[in-house]
Amino acid sequence: MHIVVCMKQVPDSAQIRVHPVTNTIMRQGVPTIINPYDLFALEEAMRLRDRFGGEVTVLTMGPPMAEDSLRKALTFGADRAVLLTDRFFAGSDTLATSYALAGALAKIGEEFGKPSIVFTGKQTIDGDTAQVGPGIAKRLRLNQLTYVARIAELDLAAEEITVERRAEGGVQVLSTRLPVLVTMLEGTNEMRRGTLEDAFRAARTQVVTWSAADAGITDLTKCGLRGSPTIVKKVFAPSARAEKAHQIPTADLSFEALAEAVMGEIFARQPAIEGDLMRFSSGQ
Amino acid sequence: MIKERFDAIVVGAGPSGNAAAYTMAKEGLKVLQLERGEYPGSKNVQGAILYANALEKIIPDFREDAPLERHIIEQRLWTMDDASHVGMHYRSEDFNEEKPNRYTIIRAQFDKWFSRKVREAGVTLLCETTVTQLLRDTNGKIIGVRTDRGGGTAFADVVILGEGVNGLVGQRSGLRPELNPDSVALAVKEMHFLPREVIESRFNLKGNEGVVIEAMGTITAGMTGTGFLYTNQESISVGIGCIVSDFADNGTSPYALLEALKNHPSIKPLLANSECKEYAAHLIPEGGYYSIPELYGDGWLVVGDAGQFVNAVHREGSNLAMTTGRIAGETVVWLKRRRDEMSKANLAEYKRRLDETFVMKDLRKYKKIPDFLHGNKQVFGLYPKLFTDAAQTWFRVDGTDKRTKENEIFKSFRKGRTLPGLIGDAFKLARAWR
Repeated sequence: MHIVVCMKQVPDSAQIRVHPVTNTIMRQGVPTIINPYDLFALEEAMRLRDRFGGEVTVLTMGPPMAEDSLRKALTFGADRAVLLTDRFFAGSDTLATSYALAGALAKIGEEFGKPSIVFTGKQTIDGDTAQVGPGIAKRLRLNQLTYVARIAELDLAAEEITVERRAEGGVQVLSTRLPVLVTMLEGTNEMRRGTLEDAFRAARTQVVTWSAADAGITDLTKCGLRGSPTIVKKVFAPSARAEKAHQIPTADLSFEALAEAVMGEIFARQPAIEGDLMRFSSGQ
Repeated sequence: MIKERFDAIVVGAGPSGNAAAYTMAKEGLKVLQLERGEYPGSKNVQGAILYANALEKIIPDFREDAPLERHIIEQRLWTMDDASHVGMHYRSEDFNEEKPNRYTIIRAQFDKWFSRKVREAGVTLLCETTVTQLLRDTNGKIIGVRTDRGGGTAFADVVILGEGVNGLVGQRSGLRPELNPDSVALAVKEMHFLPREVIESRFNLKGNEGVVIEAMGTITAGMTGTGFLYTNQESISVGIGCIVSDFADNGTSPYALLEALKNHPSIKPLLANSECKEYAAHLIPEGGYYSIPELYGDGWLVVGDAGQFVNAVHREGSNLAMTTGRIAGETVVWLKRRRDEMSKANLAEYKRRLDETFVMKDLRKYKKIPDFLHGNKQVFGLYPKLFTDAAQTWFRVDGTDKRTKENEIFKSFRKGRTLPGLIGDAFKLARAWR
């Protein structure tokens, strides 16, 4: 069984700083890490490989330095790493990224065997959109299972997978047919420590590096900034509000009076809410 | 188990380990390097100053792509009391040379660069891999290492320990004693972010020129130690360190000393409006010549901080590390070429070669200094105060005639330390310095 894990190298958000003067994000010197959610996807993929046999390929799109993340994934125990890197991809939003990754996944299928499962993390910590995984699934016509908390069953003979998906108000148990795209939730497993042999392989394996052309991606208008309808107009650090929180002394108030006071304060500031509430409570 | 056999295993990817690994790989040896940090430099802390000469002997054209901050054109040596400092400054246009002699560097970046060179030379580097034990054959010869990774043993003809000041692997394997708190300093430092232009105007610099301040005095609260301030391109490194046993006796915490140093009226304006970007702490082996452990044995060599190779008087360490690493590497290459065994008798060549370098010559020259400084705390408390008071008496114009001022200064020295005390200190220092 061939499993591909799509991952992203992201700035370590715990160490990002905002420039004291210009208020812009200082990227210089900020260490990069593998998007933490992707690690759950990678570990889950390796567990399936260990149980059912096969190979795990990790795929990332990014600048040449993203190779560090791939090498790290190899150290954890992935079998193969593919880096999709090209200046045409610079400035990609989620639409263009899913286009490029879908192209690379098709190429990976031709070169190294068609993947039965494509994993991604539930989202990245820098973009936070959770759109790329579903985007890939749509483009490659894969069934998709998002926010998966557990792989309950995998039947390779019947080409069926059953998962537990965390949803509001409970857990959904879903089954579908392979090939499938799975986005993994955090906390579902714990990344292993690779063996010395894994470390050796990581130090010595050549990372497969593809340009757009190498990956067979021909329509460059769908790539990078050109293929990205999203426009980042401004990045800024929110400043503290001048207005202080208003405190309501509660000591002498009954519960009713307290509720009255709080609602009064809210309605005074947000008059629209009062109208909505009234309509709601009168059932209109 | 890794079945592959290596010519050498290097433990650690700091300056000494990198120098050793690079030197051997360049000569075609098969080298495995093991580093416990996430990446080379992630565990390393230094002020930091790079002395070009030691690196030039390993990578002659390092200036082309090494991440260097500023080349040093001005050295300030300060003696401080709580309110003032007396300083000796040396600044020279001669330091604006084509191949500058000293640079400030940021170790996390520099070590990454050095490691890249090492890997390009053909070394297999494994990070996040801690050596837990040295493996011996039945004769007691070191033949490999055990690591904390699954299936984790690897074998080689020789193991070079560039594992840093703590020397835990050597200690666990009985090659060296535990660190002595009298011969190791604990230093803390902070990196303060400031715009380039601000640093340049504050320190009277242009381009990549840099300033180094080394300071001693009441800033160490009577303990044996020094403080420092180095200019980087867009940050200032400021730190202070004292002997560990002094901290224990004194009950002062390192960060309290650093806080006081940063708020000293001579330092505070230099750091004004800066943003602290990171803080770090590290041990520095400062025991000098007498604290050097066994440096070689059957199948093993010790390089860098693990061999206590630091010249505390001149604040030199990384150059000693690189030099000992290079010479260890050269020795192994030499033995390999002669098809000699990596036995204790043959590896003694390493020590013989080291004896011919500035490393052992300087450490031997200053062998009595650590004891002198440890046993004569007046150097760090009383004398700085006497010097700064004398300077104030001398420079303040208040109607007192100069002869009276001179007498006041002499009297303060006699009263502070007595005449025999002064003569004794001068004599002891001269003897230790010789």
